[in-house]
Amino acid sequence: MSASLLTLDGVSKSFGAVAALRDVRLELAGGQVHGLVGENGAGKSTLVKILAGVHAPDAGTVTLDGQPLRLSGPAEARAAGIAVIYQEPTLFPDLSVAENIFMGRQPLRGLRRIDTAKMRTDAGELFARLGVHLDPDRPARGLSIADQQLVEIAKAISLDARVLVMDEPTAALSGVEVERLFAVTRALRDAGAAVLFISHRFDEVFALCQRITVMRDGRWVSTDPVDALTVDVVVRRMVGREVSAMYPKQDTTVGAPRLQVRGLSRDGAFADVGFTVHSGEIVALAGLVGAGRSEVCRAIFGIDRYDAGEVLVDGVRLSNGDTAAAIKAGVALVPEDRRQQGLVMELSVQRNATLPRRWELARGGLLLGASERRAAAAWAQRLQVKAGRLTDAVSTLSGGNQQKVVLAKWLATKPRVLIVDEPTRGIDVGTKAEVHRLLSQLAAEGVAVLMVSSELPEVLGMADRVLVMHEGRLTADIPRQRATEESVMHAATGQADA
Amino acid sequence: MVKGLRSWDAIVLLALVVVAIVGALTIDGVASPRFWRFVTLEAIPIALIALPMTLVIITGEIDLSVASVLGLTCTVMGQLWVSGVTSLPALIAICLLLGAALGAVNGLFITGFGLPSLAVTIGTLALYRGLAYVVLGDRAVSDYPQTWTTAAIKPIPGTTIPWVILVVAALAVVFAVVLHAMPIGRGLYAMGNNPEAARFAGVNVRLTKFWLFVASGAMSALAGVFWTLRFASARADNGTGIELAVVAAVLLGGVSIFGGRGALLGVLAAVALLGVLRNGLQLAYVPANTLTVITGLLLIASVVGPNVVGMLRRTLERNRI
Ligand SMILES: Nc1ncnc2c1ncn2[C@@H]1O[C@H](COP(=O)(O)OP(=O)(O)OP(=O)(O)O)[C@@H](O)[C@H]1O
Ligand SMILES: [Mg+2]
Repeated sequence: MSASLLTLDGVSKSFGAVAALRDVRLELAGGQVHGLVGENGAGKSTLVKILAGVHAPDAGTVTLDGQPLRLSGPAEARAAGIAVIYQEPTLFPDLSVAENIFMGRQPLRGLRRIDTAKMRTDAGELFARLGVHLDPDRPARGLSIADQQLVEIAKAISLDARVLVMDEPTAALSGVEVERLFAVTRALRDAGAAVLFISHRFDEVFALCQRITVMRDGRWVSTDPVDALTVDVVVRRMVGREVSAMYPKQDTTVGAPRLQVRGLSRDGAFADVGFTVHSGEIVALAGLVGAGRSEVCRAIFGIDRYDAGEVLVDGVRLSNGDTAAAIKAGVALVPEDRRQQGLVMELSVQRNATLPRRWELARGGLLLGASERRAAAAWAQRLQVKAGRLTDAVSTLSGGNQQKVVLAKWLATKPRVLIVDEPTRGIDVGTKAEVHRLLSQLAAEGVAVLMVSSELPEVLGMADRVLVMHEGRLTADIPRQRATEESVMHAATGQADA
Repeated sequence: MVKGLRSWDAIVLLALVVVAIVGALTIDGVASPRFWRFVTLEAIPIALIALPMTLVIITGEIDLSVASVLGLTCTVMGQLWVSGVTSLPALIAICLLLGAALGAVNGLFITGFGLPSLAVTIGTLALYRGLAYVVLGDRAVSDYPQTWTTAAIKPIPGTTIPWVILVVAALAVVFAVVLHAMPIGRGLYAMGNNPEAARFAGVNVRLTKFWLFVASGAMSALAGVFWTLRFASARADNGTGIELAVVAAVLLGGVSIFGGRGALLGVLAAVALLGVLRNGLQLAYVPANTLTVITGLLLIASVVGPNVVGMLRRTLERNRI
């Protein structure tokens, strides 16, 4: 085994009463990809932020090349050769994509002016390496969460760092983008970089990593070469128990049409999209990143106006661009971007969880903390949200736990049409199975579920029908029996014959 | 966060008590009932406008046209009186409607055309004040019936405190309930922190903001009616500049200028604190310019204060190895 490049020893970190890391050790070797797995709130991102210089550890040491490393900020970490992709993209919305990538280290020409032309071509080259089709000149505002993630990835690999830390970089990406990312990562690894890779998708961890470290409740549990491990062993170490079936799809009787979408078009996003989701049915909307899936969901929910077409719920037409009316009609949307769209990060867990229901929770017009707390607590428990107190700001939760709050927020509205856009993004195995069970049960109770997911196993495991979008158009409608990885990918890449 | 707010409210309340006691002990006249009568009279219009301003700033917007709405309302009230409208309820009703309409114009530009409230209300600050001069020019209307003007400043029996403060208190309760204990209030905080997430939760951001500007206009008009009757004088320059006193009180009261944060209790305490400070120092013969400087410093401190505290806390945390 090659010598350790970066070592953490006895690292601890607490936030108030919450001990996020306790006596954690980790060794990253050059030329290796090291997997880090653990339940939501296990402390993975806290560890990443210590490597990034965002948090200082309360105790323990970090050594790089045998030298103790004392980071007093992200800039120092970068100077030390550590590049970090955070779990949540943090782009400047008003700057261009290229400017975001080269923030703080823009190429210069004479008189210290920024060389925008070079910046643009460099960004273009990075995207070509990642196989991404993104305009370097467009502003970051309005990028899908997957594209934001890709920009962050481009930014990190452009640093040519010796240590590359990736906190759930693939959570929003679909198979094709993941493969490209892996190819680039392997190239960096072969050039001698040490890579730390965090993911809740075990197939990825096993495909990419040479060693895997498991964490639980802020503690180090084990580190082993990947050949000595199986998914079951890792899961048991992570969760401390067996996990029930991952895709507990119940057979349901499909009822009357619930959600009907007819000829929906929005200029520049999607065209002539029409489909029906029946009561009791789970319909997946598959496709590559940028195919227009999220845009269709937003339009149905009234966030964006559509230019043509109509949306009906139980036969009643929804008014165009009116979210409040859509909610009243029983539509719920779990959006793709939890930080920007799903949650108000500064507000408490309970305020977030009850926001869409604030009118119905009021008694005689008054909304008191107690009823909010009760409503939030019920769902927080059901989804195993790990939070200090429900009155803590939702920003203090781990990424996966934030996602659970978004789910709780919308499941609590007892929707008739439930649209979920990447519902399990960043959620650990145990809870993921629970979320799938909930979706399945809701469908059995007559809810129409429309699911966007970049995770093909999730699509195939949960959906009664798979609709595939390609470049803004529906290209296939595949029933469960005929839905396979090949048939879906075929249609998603535009080679449809369906 | 909620605990942080409460502690800031407590700091402002504490400062109010300390300033009042120190003032009473060191400055002649601060202990007298007359002093408190004046503080209250002066605080009433500020408080009336600060109530909606708190909500507006919490949603991340601002209304700088309030003083001009007040001035324009005063002149219209005077002109109507001169031209023979002699019913006080009718005058008040017309003024409130006018204020609401002026606020609606702000709201329309801001939410309908998506313009920044800072720019729009600086524009209407000038526009409405200009219209006030169009209505009355340099004239002053001051021949209101004495029954009206004395009624406006009549004390609560047995005290020197004007009864109108009870109206302000009732309105404060209404605004506090809306902000802190009604579904609307939850939406205001949500849109102030993250308008996009608020929209995804079904909050009608534009409509809510529109009505807030209407409320701001109407409350400014109410303050204008009080102003006219208290001074028995309607002039085009009534209330010039008080938007700064209002914004100062709201920010000192713990409302974040960036939106999303703050509570009404702190704002009311800050209105009182600034009033006591200003009048107390006046009694101590501190020149008016110095008063302005002090208000300005307090304002800066209230904006910078929370940031400095946050920075200190982060630094402390970092170095705690
Ligand atoms: N800034 C903070 N303030 C308070 N608590 C925090 C803060 N950051 C993290 N925590 C807490 O520390 C614990 C570990 O969080 P962390 O984000 O490291 O988990 P994670 O393993 O990355 O989980 P996930 O898989 O959900 O991303 C959680 O209980 C979280 O609530
Ligand atoms: Mg994390």
